[in-house]
Order: sequence, then structure tokens, then C-alpha cells
Amino acid sequence: MTDSGGKNGAARFAERLGERVYAMVLDLGAIFTLFVQVLSWIVRPPSEFRNIVKQMEEVGVRSLPVVLVTAAFTGMVLALQSYSGFQRFGATSFVGSVVALSITRELGPVFAGLMVSGRVGASMAAELGTMKVTEQIDALVTLATNPVKYLVVPRVVAATIVLPILVVFADLLGILGGYFVSVYLLGANPYVYIAKTYQYLEFKDIYTGLIKASVFGMLIALISCHHGFVAQGGAEGVGRATTRAVVASSMIVLISDYFMTSFMF
Amino acid sequence: MIAIRGLSKRFGKNVVLDGLDLTVPKGKNTVVIGGSGTGKSVLIKCAVGLLRPEAGEILIDGQDILRMDERELVGVRRKFGMLFQGAALFDSMDVGDNVAFALRRLKMHPERHIREVVEEKLSMVGLRDIQRLMPAELSGGMKKRVGLARAIASEPDILLYDEPTTGLDPIMADVINDLIISLRESIGVTSITITHDMASAYKIADQIAMLYKGKIIEVGTPEQIRTTSNPVVAQFVQGRAHGPITDESEEFVRFVHR
Ligand SMILES: Nc1ncnc2c1ncn2[C@@H]1O[C@H](COP(=O)(O)OP(=O)(O)O)[C@@H](O)[C@H]1O
Ligand SMILES: [Mg+2]
Repeated sequence: MTDSGGKNGAARFAERLGERVYAMVLDLGAIFTLFVQVLSWIVRPPSEFRNIVKQMEEVGVRSLPVVLVTAAFTGMVLALQSYSGFQRFGATSFVGSVVALSITRELGPVFAGLMVSGRVGASMAAELGTMKVTEQIDALVTLATNPVKYLVVPRVVAATIVLPILVVFADLLGILGGYFVSVYLLGANPYVYIAKTYQYLEFKDIYTGLIKASVFGMLIALISCHHGFVAQGGAEGVGRATTRAVVASSMIVLISDYFMTSFMF
Repeated sequence: MIAIRGLSKRFGKNVVLDGLDLTVPKGKNTVVIGGSGTGKSVLIKCAVGLLRPEAGEILIDGQDILRMDERELVGVRRKFGMLFQGAALFDSMDVGDNVAFALRRLKMHPERHIREVVEEKLSMVGLRDIQRLMPAELSGGMKKRVGLARAIASEPDILLYDEPTTGLDPIMADVINDLIISLRESIGVTSITITHDMASAYKIADQIAMLYKGKIIEVGTPEQIRTTSNPVVAQFVQGRAHGPITDESEEFVRFVHR
């Protein structure tokens, strides 16, 4: 009889859970260390300017279509839902305000963050993971190049800058989507709708959304690069790293969103 | 000169190097032989500071690299060039950018001369007019040669070759052997070559060392190794299926089948 065979189900479950939590704590530690390394390498020469621009293109241009489509439909469905809800107490004129506030404060940044987690997080983890398992990262080191500086710094900087820009477009498209559904499908008065959109929307709603987006971008890049760096065991290992990167960065978007919201408002 | 003393490296419970000693003379080619998974790659990765061993010392021209921090290591690593087992070319860049990588990072040549310098390095490994090709378009032998051109581009004093001929056809393997010999003769580099290809080892080595169970169990000239009296080394270099190396696992197999 083995040792673990003698334990009951609950004890084994607790043990598994303990291992999971322990692994998560180690991961968090490693990601924090990576963050500190990124900070220390950002300022040191040579500058990675060209690499940063290349990554901004990678993150921005490639994610723009999916972020825009997501935002437009989010605005459209928000208008539909709030219209049918508000009809019950005759407040349909507030649809514009609800759409604008929800999009700029919450849904624009969060959905953009989730889309970028899937799109960019996966590709970063896959690219760095492949470089790791084919020894390209070791090769960098032997060619007088620090991998954190050369690979991670440009990705983190680019994602931190580009996500808010994406969210500006997402906000616009979301609000436009809501407008089209309200005015052309539900027959709202366009002047009233626009007036209500402006009336309650404050500058703070927009910039807090953009700050959130920036933080999401940084976290997604850090987490995805970390999972790429620790990939092990060939193509299969790269696949595992990619999945982990996407799951972890999507979760961190939602978790950090809660805490940032509770701080900011 | 590289002097390795009492080097120990483990991964978890897997003890890979166990108090290994090896002296690599200047301007000579030292070949390390040993079975798959015995830790040959781990040994040279420790030597360039890619892996940190738990114990021992690695003296490069008298300086112990294990006592250095990451910043000091960067300076020492500039003395090294390394050819990786799978070539490890950057697959997002073309051949020219791969070979020029260290030259650009270290700003060793003005940008307008880079193509010329790269062409010269590529010609040293017998390649011409391939700067615009991507690594995915190259054959295995060409990849190794481009990897070699990249490793020698910044003119290192020490070259580490990880299985330079594995997976190549015999003719291409011999081309690589000749390259290694000519690099030693023309630039006078100190080198460590890892291989389990005995034909290659005899041809390129000034000194052969055998790694077995985490230690260097014998060092000698190619002739001394060929005529060794150590049964473990003899089994390996003669490529016999029966002998002390395999007996242990046979006992294990018998034990399992009982
Ligand atoms: N980064 C690593 N993490 C864990 N184990 C490793 C790592 N690198 C090598 N090993 C283990 O060390 C042993 C020796 O590997 P290696 O040096 O690659 O062998 P070889 O002699 O074939 O080059 C193997 O058992 C391998 O599993
Ligand atoms: Mg190896």
C-alpha cells in the first residue's frame, strides 16, 4: 500500500490544491522578478527603439480588426439590452448615457484586454517558447545580448503604449455601434441620443479606461513572455506555454480590472 | 586556457555533473565524448555561464566565472562563440542578419560594411550569396554552417561546438570537420567540441575526454583513447553493444523481467 493510497479523497484534494497554489505563487514571484528586470533594462543602452516600433505594429495593427469588431457589437448589444430594460420604466432616453459610460469605463478596455490576451498573449508565448526550446534564447546570450532586454522590454513597452490607443478606437466604435442600433433600429431621436451621450460622460471616465488598458497591456506582455521563457519540452511544451499564457492573462485582466475599478471610482 | 575543477550540476534529483575536472589547453581542440544524456551540453553551457552549477570552479584565463555577477559575465562571454546542437538560428531573421547579429549589437563595424563582413564570414564556412535566405529555407548542413559563421563573426578566442556533425551525411560531416580544423589553424582558437561521432573526434581532436556518470573518466590523445585499457572508454569508442556501460541497464532489465 502506497502512502497516498491510504489518504482519503479530501486530503488528496487538499494536497493537489496546495501544489497548485504553490505553483501559482512561484509564477507570481517569477513574473514580478521579470517586471523588475524589465524596469532595470529599459533605461540601459543600447536603446531598443526599432524593436519597440516593430512590436507596436505587431500588437496594434494585428489586434485592431478584432478589437473593433468586438467593440462595435458590444455597443450594439448594450443598446438593445438597455433599451428593452429601460422601456419598462420609460427611461429610454438614457440609453445613450448608459452605452457611453459602460463602454468607456468598463467594456472597451476589458474586451480589448481579453481580445489582446488571446491574440497577442498567445503569439508572444508561442514565439518566445519556440525560441526557448530551440535554444535561440541561449544563442542570444552567447551573442552579447540580454534576452530580457532584447525580447521582453520591447514587448512590454509596446503593449503598454498600444493598448490604450486600441481602446480609444474601441470606445469610438462601441459608442457608434450603440448609436446605430438605437437610432436606425429602435427609432431613437438622434439629437437626444447624442446629447445624452455627452451629458453624463466625463473626461475621467475615458482616461481611467485608458489607464486600465495600459496596465492590462503591460500585464499581458509580462505574463506571456514569462510563460514563453519557461517553456520546456519541444512543440508540446510550447503549446502548453501558450495555453497557460492566454488563460493567465485573461484572468489577470478581469482580476486587475476589479481592483483598479475599486481604487479609481 | 579553461580549467574546470570539481564542477557539480543537478536538476532536481537528477545529478548530471558530479565533481567534474577538465583542463582545456589554449589553442587546442578538446573533444568531449559520451553517451546521449550524460551531460555534455550541460557541461559547455556551464562553461559559458548559461547554466549555474552548484559547486566547483571554471577558470577562464585565470578568472573564476562562477564568482561573477551577470554584468561581469557579459564581458567574459564576448570571448566565446558557440555552435548549438540544432544551430539555433533566429528564424525571424534572414541569414545575413543572423550572422551580423553580434556585430551589430557590439557595434563592431559601421553599418555600411556589415554586408561585406558577413559575406566574408560566410565564405569562411564555404557559403556564398545566401544572405537573403531565411533559416527555414536551409538544409541541416547549411544551418550548421551558418550557425558556425554566426559564432565566429565576432572573432571569439574560444569556440564551443555542440555536436557539430550529428545528423549530417558523412560528406557534410567531413566538411564541418575540416572547417573546425582550419579555424583552429588559421585563427588559433581554443575549442571544446562535443560529439559522439568517433570518426570526427579522432580527426579533429588534440585531446579527447570521456564524460561518464558526471565525471571525466579519461583524458588522452586520440591515439591513447583508441588503445585505452579502460573498459568503459573502450566500449564507447569501439561502439560495442555489450560492455560495462550497457551491463548495468541489462541487469536492470533482468531485474524488471523477473
Ligand atoms: N534545463 C534543464 N532542465 C532540467 N534538466 C535538464 C536541463 N538540461 C539538461 N537536463 C538534463 O540533464 C541531462 C543531460 O543533458 P544534456 O547535457 O543535454 O545531455 P547530452 O550529453 O546528450 O548533451 C539530461 O538528463 C537532461 O534531462
Ligand atoms: Mg547535447
